[in-house]
Amino acid sequence: PQGLSGARLQPLCVRSLSLTSSRNALESPPARADSTFKVTMVPGDGVGPELMTAVKEVFKAGDVPVEFEEFHLSEVQNMASEEKLNEVLGSMKNNRVAIKGKIHTPMEYKGELASYEMRLRRKLDLFANVVHVNSLPGYSTRHNNLDLVIIREQTEGEYSSLEHESVAGVVECLKIITREKSRRIAKFAFDYATKKGRSKVTAVHKANIMKLGDGLFLQSCAEVAELYPKIKYENIIIDNCCMQLVQNPYQFDVLVMPNLYGNIIDNLAAGLVGGAGVVPGESYSAEYAVFETGARHPFAQAVGRNIANPTAMLLSAANMLLVLSPQNQCVSVCVSLCVCVSQVRTRDLGGYSTTGDFVRAVVANLRHRPVY
Amino acid sequence: MAGNAWRSTILKLLERYGAWITGQRKPEEVSRVMGAVKSQTQPRTFSRGMQTVTIIPGDGIGPEISSAVIKIFEAAKVPIQWEERNVTAIKGPGGKWMIPPEAKESMDKSKIGLKGPLKTPIAAGHPSMNLLLRKTFDLYANVRPCVSIEGYKTPYTDVDLVTIRENTEGEYSGIEHVIVDGVVQSIKLITEDASRRIAEYAFEYARNNQRASVTAVHKANIMRMSDGLFLRKCREVAENFKDVKFTEMYLDTVCLNMVQDPTKFDVLVMPNLYGDILSDLCAGLIGGLGVTPSGNIGANGVAIFESVHGTAPDIAGKDMANPTALLLSAVMMLRHMGLHGHAKKIETACFDTIRDKKVLTKDLGGNSKCSEFTAEICRRVQDME
Repeated sequence: PQGLSGARLQPLCVRSLSLTSSRNALESPPARADSTFKVTMVPGDGVGPELMTAVKEVFKAGDVPVEFEEFHLSEVQNMASEEKLNEVLGSMKNNRVAIKGKIHTPMEYKGELASYEMRLRRKLDLFANVVHVNSLPGYSTRHNNLDLVIIREQTEGEYSSLEHESVAGVVECLKIITREKSRRIAKFAFDYATKKGRSKVTAVHKANIMKLGDGLFLQSCAEVAELYPKIKYENIIIDNCCMQLVQNPYQFDVLVMPNLYGNIIDNLAAGLVGGAGVVPGESYSAEYAVFETGARHPFAQAVGRNIANPTAMLLSAANMLLVLSPQNQCVSVCVSLCVCVSQVRTRDLGGYSTTGDFVRAVVANLRHRPVY
Repeated sequence: MAGNAWRSTILKLLERYGAWITGQRKPEEVSRVMGAVKSQTQPRTFSRGMQTVTIIPGDGIGPEISSAVIKIFEAAKVPIQWEERNVTAIKGPGGKWMIPPEAKESMDKSKIGLKGPLKTPIAAGHPSMNLLLRKTFDLYANVRPCVSIEGYKTPYTDVDLVTIRENTEGEYSGIEHVIVDGVVQSIKLITEDASRRIAEYAFEYARNNQRASVTAVHKANIMRMSDGLFLRKCREVAENFKDVKFTEMYLDTVCLNMVQDPTKFDVLVMPNLYGDILSDLCAGLIGGLGVTPSGNIGANGVAIFESVHGTAPDIAGKDMANPTALLLSAVMMLRHMGLHGHAKKIETACFDTIRDKKVLTKDLGGNSKCSEFTAEICRRVQDME
């Protein structure tokens, strides 16, 4: 007991130190006897903190060996600054894995056009955003049994934050497409498809209008496609893609696209299976992985009302657990159990349960899980 | 003229066309006429005889569906005289690509056009024909009403929304450069004037067609300056139209909610790219481009109504095409011109035919020919006399 509590106290000290002075966090953490994983947590705005609480409760109930390092980076709550951003980056360099909520971007800007969320993404070079669109077992929507993966390039494209007012009343916004990044995301998409045993990758573009920009993206995808003869490659124009998604989404498997179209299709596809509360997603760079929800909205109108659906965040946390320690499947099993059971449905799925009810149900499931 | 005097004149005319039975309130039809009347030029709205309309059949299935529409209009005895013109890009003096002068003249005179699908050649050296038409007539607003068709079932029911898309600038400005090899820059242009113009059109449309709210769709959290400008202009214009509710929503939120509950939306106004995507999304909700009408409003009272589907070269000439989209666009055109009686007749005939499910073209789930479908609608129209 003495040694055990000693080991538990140590990480706590390290954590409090890291919050007050970022310099200490940059040193490599001491080796632990119980091999806990350290994960950076950025709750974000809106219902982010509530969802993070849900994740922490579920992990605690499941005795999951993960320890969270929290950072409250927020632009709207005036808790954003270069130092905070650097703290988060420093923590990420150590831990390599993070779980985060949405850092809301206010529409008024003071000086810099890029939001903190964009800057975090760029600094960590989180170029690939993967959203898993799977129909929830037990919850039927207009399109059932969907199984799509949406891969979106998230560092360039329309979100370049390069805007200027050239003449009074005329604003120009630049969309940048580079061959290198297009090739990188295409390769990521094909590698992902190969690893997960997917059969088709569809590139989404608007090259008939943006001939040079999206034309370059399309060309890069086609070039990479030739290196993967086992995977079928197709392309489709964004407006046709949206139309097909609402009429016949089963024709798609893995979709790859530049930034803005990714935003649109992520949200569209999330809506097809039940909304922003049920779709998990993650962002990858060559070195880091950040787990979050698929459709990223702060959902500020739900703050404090205990109505947010934590399914998406819990599924994402379960995915994170699978990445950290592939044997620990219990959390994912339990979350899906809960949804299957269809007794605990939050407001967005047509029920009346609160976030707390759902979390308690998952925790109860975890406590009663069979021990092998 | 005072509002009441206009109203009684219009009511009398509607009675003449059988669209108004005294005592029965049909606010939409009255206000649609009011809408047409309020536009800058008043194109012979009260039809004292035959009105000329320029028809551009287009490519692929275009000629078939255009002749189908002409046939149906004949059967309905619509007082319209068609002037057929073709648009192919020709190089004018000075090297600029333009549409043939006969087409331009005809449109300028008649002010109303009906267009079939035009082929966009890849690498032909000239810009797409749709783009040329847009530039020639300054067609700044693309209006697409998406209403669920009874009889053509889709997973989404009770859809009744209108997407109004700014059609001249935004992401489709066509300004692209290769900065260095492997890096391309596309410029998205947003101007105050264009944003204000489209916002004003959207609110006027809402007011004239008795729509309750206008929602501006944007991504001002990311493109803070450009979409911010668009949003500011919408807000300013909203101040002058206090009878119409104004809301603003992010594009991703709209997409998320649209596929879950499309009944929440009414009139949507947005810049070019978002409009392109959303209008196609909404068309998908009601059954696809084969049944969606569309109209383009231009700056000098010019209006061109078109079918937005492709030229379908694989079924061209085989009498398999579905003329519904062009027909519904033509109905939209009749309403714009003030011929509500005829519009209602043709629309009812078309919807009844689809609802009956006996004579349907292949894309609607049947296996009749285009000519049979057309004949059925003509028959119904004549039976209604």
